[in-house]
Parts: sequence; structure tokens; C-alpha cells
Amino acid sequence: MVLEATNNVLRLDANFVDYTLVAIYFVFVIGIGLLARRQVSTSLDFFLSGRSLPAWVTGLAFISANLGAVEIMGMSANGAQIGMATMHYYWIGAIPAMLFLGVVMMPFYYGSKVRSVPEFMRRRFGTGAHLVNALSFALAQLLIAGVNLYLLATIVNVLLGWPLWVSLIAAAAVVVTYTALGGLSAAIYNEVLQFFVIVAALLPLTLVGLHRVGGIDGLVDKVNNGPVENMLSSWPGQNLTGFESPAASVIGIVLGLGFVLSFGYWTTNFVEVQRAMASNSMSAARRAPIIGSFPKMFIPFIIIIPGIIASVLAPEILALNEGKGDGNIQYNDALLILIRDLLPNGMLGVAIAGLMAAFMAGMAANISAFNTVFSYDLWQQYVKKDRPDGYYTRVGRIATIAATIIAIFTALLASGYSNLMDYLQTLFGFFNAPLFATFILGMFWKRMTATAGWAGLASGTIAAIGVAVLSQDALGPLSVGAIDLKGQGASFVAAGAAFFVDIVVSVIVTMFTQPRVESELKGLVYSLTPKEDRTDPNEKNLPWYQRPVLLAGISLVMVIILNIVFH
Amino acid sequence: MADTDKQAAKEKRAIRAFDIRTIIGALLGIYGVILVLMGIFASDSDLKGGDGSSTNLFTGIVLLVVSAFFLTWVRLRPLLVPEGDDDAADAHIE
Repeated sequence: MVLEATNNVLRLDANFVDYTLVAIYFVFVIGIGLLARRQVSTSLDFFLSGRSLPAWVTGLAFISANLGAVEIMGMSANGAQIGMATMHYYWIGAIPAMLFLGVVMMPFYYGSKVRSVPEFMRRRFGTGAHLVNALSFALAQLLIAGVNLYLLATIVNVLLGWPLWVSLIAAAAVVVTYTALGGLSAAIYNEVLQFFVIVAALLPLTLVGLHRVGGIDGLVDKVNNGPVENMLSSWPGQNLTGFESPAASVIGIVLGLGFVLSFGYWTTNFVEVQRAMASNSMSAARRAPIIGSFPKMFIPFIIIIPGIIASVLAPEILALNEGKGDGNIQYNDALLILIRDLLPNGMLGVAIAGLMAAFMAGMAANISAFNTVFSYDLWQQYVKKDRPDGYYTRVGRIATIAATIIAIFTALLASGYSNLMDYLQTLFGFFNAPLFATFILGMFWKRMTATAGWAGLASGTIAAIGVAVLSQDALGPLSVGAIDLKGQGASFVAAGAAFFVDIVVSVIVTMFTQPRVESELKGLVYSLTPKEDRTDPNEKNLPWYQRPVLLAGISLVMVIILNIVFH
Repeated sequence: MADTDKQAAKEKRAIRAFDIRTIIGALLGIYGVILVLMGIFASDSDLKGGDGSSTNLFTGIVLLVVSAFFLTWVRLRPLLVPEGDDDAADAHIE
């Protein structure tokens, strides 16, 4: 996206100890794939880990699957550029949405025994909405897998000096080996392992960085004397939204980023939900995103804070913030500059392993979600219906390999047209925005009809694209600038419009169309699902720390405290 | 799905030998040992900024502690082999 292949300012002087640490990591990654293969005997083992994993594993995988290149480089870049307002992506965005998923929505996903989010869509609204949902999701995963792969290859290229195409193919080969062998279990186990390695890399980096700037007081002093205003206050967050009015900025963050964008992303994105679905019981599935929310609320301290540290410690980033950048270094490089300047050999190897692990795991997450949707939702549903179970596992393995090869080409495309990739990602984001509206309406309103399902989705998506086209820059050259919105603010408003239009159209269309027979909606709609089906029968006997709703309450209180302390 | 398949699936589940906690403990343990050794033996001239060796040493010690935690956890609470829950195998039947 940003790093130039020829840029060697960032070359790290890794020595043989660092290479050894990276090599050990790769031995573990492939080993996990080989071991996990022994567990795969049914297609459900391959695609959903046989629904057998404990909640802490699926919970960590839930957040690790997202902790790829885009989050790590992107969020530290935002930290370096706008500061603490970036925290809203976590504390207003992700956490409330993850809690909502665990408390309210997971009972329907897990209880109805669907194998994917698009499958829920099909059972609730029929094939019209399903086909659009499954296709747009599958395409988006191929695209994002390519972006993750490209970033991974550029990191290897920049840090270690391997040619871009060698790193591309090597990285893709590792990912395809373990995901095709071990399926979702291999992907999830590697995600959990990756979580610990990336924390082992970034936590010391943050502490050493803080030490170097003179502790927290030193950081506050230096940032306040720095070129960017309000970098250390998260509210009202005008740095983030770009809105003139503070009140509009707060509303934009809470409703646009928090309610619509993040709820849409975290509650309907199958990459995440798939991890929770692999849990071994209803209460474990509900706990997965809730357990994940605890580390998730502290991750920004080791991603965004290093970005802020880089903004005062790294001369290159300081120059960018003063408007004097020379074009060689971008905000996305903030974390790499800190690693280059602060970590000794040894820790350097852990950091390189951690970054490569994160980017590989991010890509594997996209691929493992893709192969499930492709095999169950597209191939089994629309192409070859009644084959024996083993047939679909084979389809999944072939889809995994095909997706990896396509991702290599997407990555090559990304290396030539990085802006195009950004716009495509924004565009796919718009398919996501109205999904939450349709799902939540469909889960709680039994009358909502199948026609309303696809009509609401389609009109919501069109509304989001409409706002983006009218804005100044959300879709690059396609945006005409008719309304005064730019940057993240435009995305928030587009998502809000999608939600609103989706709800209105769904309600109106429902009034004029035939509702589905109620018996078909059991397990899918709140009022038609017996309580036993959406709760865990053993839940009363669980100790307090295993009760989803109580845990969610604790998490919510903690995130509110974080919001107050770091306002 | 045929009964024989289901039986085979149960047996496969029963031999779930590897546990992610062991894997985490092993990797972090190896990393911890290497970092501690780097912290003790690497000369300061190899390391950046003067505080490099203490960075390695402290991180290494913390990793060893976390590794010990996971390995102890596996020993105290070994993996319970789920007795082939049939729900999972039948889940794709509507």
C-alpha cells in the first residue's frame, strides 16, 4: 500500500539470532498444520473445527483474526497522525459491538446450527439475499487476503531485503500449507499463537519507547509541544471525523463509527463470527467475543501508543506531522521505525516474527472464512447439492489453494494500483453497513419478509455508495464533492445512511409482502425460538466467570472507565 | 452420515494429542531462553542505545514466566477428550 519496494531506509540489521527466532516460528506454524490435519475427519472439522474449541481459544482467535496488517500498521499510523482519537475504533467501535454479538446475536447464530453467516441469511430470508451476501463476502475476502499478503511481502522485502515476488510466493506457500492441511483448527491455533508473539514484540517496544521519551510525563510534555493539536484527547475527536462542530463529531463517532459501522462489521463479518461458531457449547460461543473484548480493549495501548511515541521520537514522523515529509516515509511506517531504532538483536527477531505472524494469520483468517462460504454457501447450495460429506472437505481444500493463488494475483494488483485497493475495500465496506440493520430487524421482527430482506440490503448499500460518491474523497476520483464530507467522517455518514435507508425500506416492503410461515423461522427469530434453544441448559451451573452476560457487564464497565480516564 | 463414519470420527477425536497450551508454552519458552542468553552474553556494542541488553533480559524473563504458566496449566488441567458429541457431526443436516 505505502511501502515502496525500493525503500531501504527501513532495512533492519537482523543477525543470525533474529533469523533463528523467525525460523523457529515457522517450524511451529507448519507443525500446527500437520498436527491439526489429524483432527480433520468431517467437513465440519475442517470448516468449523468440529465445534469443539474452548472459549478462551476462540475468544483470542476472534480478535487475532482481525489483528492483521491492516489493523497493526493502520492503527499505529492513525496514532502517529491524529493521536488518542484513534482509540474510538476500539472503545466505541469494537468492544460494544463484540459484547452485543455475544449477548444478543450469538444465540441465533450458534443455536440455529448454521455453518456460516450467509447461511443464516438464507434460512431467514431465502436465496435472493443469500446469494448477494455470499458472493460479496467471498469476493471481499479474496481482495483482503491479497492486501494482507502484499503487506506481508513488502515487510519481508523492506526489512530483510528479499525480492518482492520471492516473499509473495514464500508467504503464500506457508499460509496455504497449514490452512489446506488443518482447516480452521490450524488457522485458529496459529491465531492464538500469533497473539502471544505479537504481544511479546509490541509490549516491550512500547515500554522501551516510553522509557526513551522520559516516561508518561515525558510523552505528554513532548506531544503537547508537538505540531499536532489535541493529540492526547480522544473526545470530541474532530481529528478523526474531520467535522467542524464538536457536537456533530461526537454524534458521528457514537452513531456512525460505533453503532453502525462497528456493529455491522463485528456482528456480521463471518471471519470473526466463524471463530466463535467453532466453540464447544452455546455459552462458550457467546463468551468468545466477550472474552476477546478484554484483551481487545488493551491492544490499542501497544499499537496506538507506539504510534504516538513515534510521532515525537522518530524524526521522520515528526517531519510528516510538521508537513515536511520527503515522501520516503509514511505514517504506516511509524511502528517499523520504532522497531528499527529501539529493539536490540534478539527482540528484533521476536518483532519480525510477530509482524509476519500477524500478517500471515490475517490472511489465513480471510482464506479460512472464504473456503467455508465458498464450499457450503456457494458450491453446496448452488452447484452440487447432495454429495457425501468428504466431497465438501475436498472442495474446501481446493478452494483454499485456489484462493491463495488468486490472492497472489490480487497482491500483485495491489502493488501496482494501491489506491484502487483502498477504494475497493471502502466499497466492500458498504456491503457490510446495511447487513446489521437487516439481521437485527430479522432476528426480532418475525413478520419481516424475504423480499424486505434483499430489498433493504440493496437499497441500504446503494444509499451508502450514494453518500460516498457525493462526498469529497471517500471513493477517490469517483467522488464528486457535492456535500462537505471527507475522510472517516464521510464513511461514518455513509454507514449511517445505509442503516437508516435499510430499516425504512425493510419496514415498508414488509407491509406489502407476505411473511414467511412461522414454523420455518424457529431458531432464527427471537419470539419464535424456545428459550432452551437460545440458552445453554447448563448455564445456571456455570461459575460466575463463565457466564456470558455477567462477563459482558464487567467488560462494559471497564471500557466506560477507559473512555473516562483517557478522554 | 453413515454410522461407521461417525464411529471413526469419535475415535479420531479421542486421540487429540496436541494441546494449544503446550504449543504456546513451548514457543514462548524457547524465545525466553534465547532472549535471556542474548541479554546476558551479547556485548553492549552489538546492541542499540545502551539499554538493549536489559530489554532482551527482561522480555526473556517475562516470556519464561508466561511459558511456565501455560505448561503448568496443561499439567494441572489436562485436555478433556469430548466424548464424541453427535450434535457437531449432524449439524449440517437441516
